Amino acid sequence: MPDPDQTLNCQGLNCPMPIVKIAKTIKKMESGQTLEVTATDPAFQADLNAWSKKTRNPIVEFSAEDVLRALIQKA
Amino acid sequence: MSRPAIDPIPEFDPKLEALVEQIVDRKLAEALGDVNSRLEDAFSRLKEVEEASIAQRVTIVVFSGDFDRLIAAFIIANGAVAMGMDVSMYFTFWGLTALKKETKYAGKSIAEKMVSLMMPTGPGAVGTSRLNFLGVGPAFFKMLMDQNHVETLPDLIEVAKDLEVKMIACQMSMGVMGIKKEELLDEIEYGGVATYLGDASDSRVTLFI
Repeated sequence: MPDPDQTLNCQGLNCPMPIVKIAKTIKKMESGQTLEVTATDPAFQADLNAWSKKTRNPIVEFSAEDVLRALIQKA
Repeated sequence: MSRPAIDPIPEFDPKLEALVEQIVDRKLAEALGDVNSRLEDAFSRLKEVEEASIAQRVTIVVFSGDFDRLIAAFIIANGAVAMGMDVSMYFTFWGLTALKKETKYAGKSIAEKMVSLMMPTGPGAVGTSRLNFLGVGPAFFKMLMDQNHVETLPDLIEVAKDLEVKMIACQMSMGVMGIKKEELLDEIEYGGVATYLGDASDSRVTLFI
């Protein structure tokens, strides 16, 4: 699995900050690049799914171990 | 001598006629088929564009000056921007407190000064809508928010400014609440009810908080 182009640590941040930060970071990225986000917000998975659907940036991977981890690609 | 008979219209050989019809049908279908599918394509794309442009707007009337309600308003506004939507917030009456950076008394009438005195000085000092307990309530809620890693109200307002949420102050209620432009944030716009209704009628999400 190639390394993500950027990483974003949203651990300790709760709604709405994780998706706000993701939106801001993705805006500055190139199409096709990937962003890895880690978070502890319990609402993160639901919010990220809604955000991904609305903004049409796909979630490539999602895992929930000690922290929630998502790999998003800019469309 | 009788006139020569007009030649009767020759009848097509039925087989020939059928063949011609077949060919014409086929040619028409080929030509129109292409046009029809492109037309359908164009219409569905147009519909998408129309829906997308309306769906992208959120308009929020911020009428309340309560701590809890203002937090909800700003969380929704910031979240909406993160989802790629355009957000306008209309601050009126008690909601104007969220936009205050300082309180000034100079140049106000007695009534205006009294109202200013009784109002919170800014978003950092607003009370909760319930369980306020003379100000102890908000202190507890702020502590709980900190424990739950929720941003403070002044921080949420900063985030909204940073995300370029359109913040519009209602001119009419400013006069009624004894608030002057100099007391409010510099980055806001001013408007009236028509400004709000124009935005709201184009928005998919309209809220009154």
